Amino acid sequence: MNTIPKKSFAQKWHVKAIVWTVIVLALFIASCSVTGVDVGVFLTGFNQFMQIFYEMLKPDWSYVPFTVQPIIQTIQMALIGTLIGSIVAVPFSVLAARNIVTNPAIRGIIRFILNLVRTLPDLMLAAIFVAVVGIGPMAGVLTLAIFSFGMISKLFYEAIETIDMGPIEALTAAGATKTQVVWFAVLPQVYNHFLSYFLYTFEINVRASTILGYLGAGGIGELLQRSLGQFRYDRTAIVVIGTFIVVVVVDTLSNQLRERLQ
Amino acid sequence: MTIKKTFWQKYEAWIWALVFVLIYIWAFSGIPATGIQAVAGEVTKSILNGMLHPDFSYVYTGDGEDLVSLLLQTLAIAFAGTLASAIFSIPFAFWAARMKKGGIHFTSSTGKLFLTIVRTFPEIVMAIMFIKAVGPGPFAGVLAVSFHSIGMLGKLFAEAVEEIDRRPAEAIIAAGGTHFDVLIHATIPAVIPEFISLTLYRFEIAVRSASILGLVGAGGIGAPLIFAIGTRWWPRVAIILLGIIVMVTVIDFLSGYLRKKLV
Repeated sequence: MNTIPKKSFAQKWHVKAIVWTVIVLALFIASCSVTGVDVGVFLTGFNQFMQIFYEMLKPDWSYVPFTVQPIIQTIQMALIGTLIGSIVAVPFSVLAARNIVTNPAIRGIIRFILNLVRTLPDLMLAAIFVAVVGIGPMAGVLTLAIFSFGMISKLFYEAIETIDMGPIEALTAAGATKTQVVWFAVLPQVYNHFLSYFLYTFEINVRASTILGYLGAGGIGELLQRSLGQFRYDRTAIVVIGTFIVVVVVDTLSNQLRERLQ
Repeated sequence: MTIKKTFWQKYEAWIWALVFVLIYIWAFSGIPATGIQAVAGEVTKSILNGMLHPDFSYVYTGDGEDLVSLLLQTLAIAFAGTLASAIFSIPFAFWAARMKKGGIHFTSSTGKLFLTIVRTFPEIVMAIMFIKAVGPGPFAGVLAVSFHSIGMLGKLFAEAVEEIDRRPAEAIIAAGGTHFDVLIHATIPAVIPEFISLTLYRFEIAVRSASILGLVGAGGIGAPLIFAIGTRWWPRVAIILLGIIVMVTVIDFLSGYLRKKLV
């Protein structure tokens, strides 16, 4: 005989969902009052917003030649930052992988450092590096190196943790040292993953590097800052369009290469 | 007998390596190596010194301009922005989601293109535009976060919609249900856990971006940070960085825990 399954009171009236909704709504209202959200102000100020937008709809095409060099520099910064970040990430990711380093203390410390690095937003790193090494693309490269190091080492150690342990056991049984095991059994298995993550990180770095110049860390962002400072929104539009094209081209190329790697 | 390899099979790896090296020679040629200023070592030393002596008096002063209040304001910007954006993203997601296989889909393609444009539009520029509209302050930050997040959330939501199991929808249609019934009883229950999980993930990102929006005057902890860096006030920089690290770590942990419970 078919019976309708009995639901408890909490299930029938969706108590859990209602409680969560109330909590989220309360937090939302609190956040809005803390940040002074005022729809009226937004609606009256919306003309101002649209005015900038209209100016951006008439891009200053004569500005295009000036954006070429900064765009090239942006890509170069992203390339170098990704390379430095990934090279530094390799030893860290090996030390953070559960199946390679059996000592939980070492692994824990390394992972803790990696987590700390990942909490820092890219623009904040850029602000600090501009203060340290001065205005210029060097600050951008260092920012991207640190930023991609945090991200890529996590992707790398997760890739290492999924490998087949057979070759490692075989090499250990044959008397190989730890370094030999990593070199001949671990790295060949994760090589393709590494390349794929390298490209993925490069995509993210290109996106990030287009904005770093806003704080003086080189690349196309410098023009963003200059045009906004001069209220030349028609030029800002050119910079935004240029950024868009670069991001789309790099994403497409990198996606093609990554598909070939799989 | 040895198996003959073609030229390409034999040298493919070397050719790629050569391409790689050439690209990097080009890249390094574009970055002036002499860009480091002479005082870099000194500045690094004073930064490290400041990091060892954080300015703990800034943590709480009670005037609303201290670390704790500004971190809370940053969280509020991220929360309000992300939640508003999650709601606005839903229609965009259904616009961009491709519901049938094969062929060209005008609706889906235009939706995806729109979301890509929103995603690539720099958040800082958006923040500046909103500052012109509503004046400097956290409200501009909320608007920037919520508009910018639509680009990413809309895309992730659309992918979630594309991946749902279509059989419940077919069953409802077969049993005589309307498209509205499909939406209420099949589509929405299937995508809600996914949407919540993606929103939490986006919230983690929004916390990071809200903490830098202050650089352009859109509220939060970014403004005092850039001021402290500009005046080389390293103990103050150190305590703000510590605060941000703690805040981001706690939020990542909480959000990760909630997302694990959802799956």
